[in-house]
Amino acid sequence: MESFCEEETLALWGSRSSTKDAFEAIVKRHMKDAYFIALGLVGNHDDALELSQEAFFRAFKNIKQLSSKGKFFPWFYQILRNLCFSHLRKRRVRRADSLEELDGDTIQANVSDVFDPEMVAERNESKDRVWKAIARLDDKHREVIVLRHFQNLSYEEISKILFCNRGTVTSRLYYARKRLKEILDREKGGRQ
Amino acid sequence: MTCQDHKDLMMAYLDDELDQQQKRAFEEHLASCAECARQLDEFRRLKQLTDSVSFIEPEDRIWQQYWDNVYNRVERGLGWILFSMAAILLAIYGGFKLIETIVTDPDVGALLKVALLVLIGGLAILFVSLLRERLYFWGKDRYKDVRR
Repeated sequence: MESFCEEETLALWGSRSSTKDAFEAIVKRHMKDAYFIALGLVGNHDDALELSQEAFFRAFKNIKQLSSKGKFFPWFYQILRNLCFSHLRKRRVRRADSLEELDGDTIQANVSDVFDPEMVAERNESKDRVWKAIARLDDKHREVIVLRHFQNLSYEEISKILFCNRGTVTSRLYYARKRLKEILDREKGGRQ
Repeated sequence: MTCQDHKDLMMAYLDDELDQQQKRAFEEHLASCAECARQLDEFRRLKQLTDSVSFIEPEDRIWQQYWDNVYNRVERGLGWILFSMAAILLAIYGGFKLIETIVTDPDVGALLKVALLVLIGGLAILFVSLLRERLYFWGKDRYKDVRR
């Protein structure tokens, strides 16, 4: 995969004849990354498509906020993740309203129900279990798992798009994997 | 270095993100720490499992229509801005004309005219007050640049 953080995206901006052409080039360059990241964060095709397209629309509206020295994707990623997290929060609130007496864990489990197992390629039992467990992670833990495992980003790239240092990426990955392992072990224990 | 420090290194070791020197130091620690070696083994199995999950690629038509869908949003957004601006201008113009008609109409009673003017005056004061408050707090708000 080409780096998310290359400067050339903004070079496209100046090289095209119109703003529309320039933005079209940017969207076409990043649409797959945006869609698959959103898919990892929200778990189903329709929401991922809708949220990633909405993120591009908002990026276009606010493109002037991106300084000339800024790089498009890290900036765009903040819009995308905020949209996805806010979508998940609303979903949790809706679930909590309809299932008033449930505790946090149960609500999280119910939210993970909308993580569509059909999105996983070459499905089998163990992949379904992992996908379900990823769905049950906290948003920030799921985010690093998605960026590292599904987008194959290096620690350097993850730290750039999350605007944090490498150490934070390492420790977040450690706790995300630890939690993932706990969920898988618990589920395995429950099935035995 | 404690085992906790090595746990941070463990992730980077697992993901092949360490330089040669760090890698050697971590492997030396592994040789002497059964607990870290066991944990690394578990994380390695988990990584293999997680790496095996990949997403289904959507049909080509999704990518072919992707830009059109984004552009439609941009176009509609612009449409709504123009529509809202025109609607506000027309409402202000219509309101002004209506007030002018009522105020200059000799058949309308003086009480109604005064009440109307007082109503407009009240609205104007409310508007100016709100606007001033917004501008005042916007200038002083230390958190205005914080992303919500």
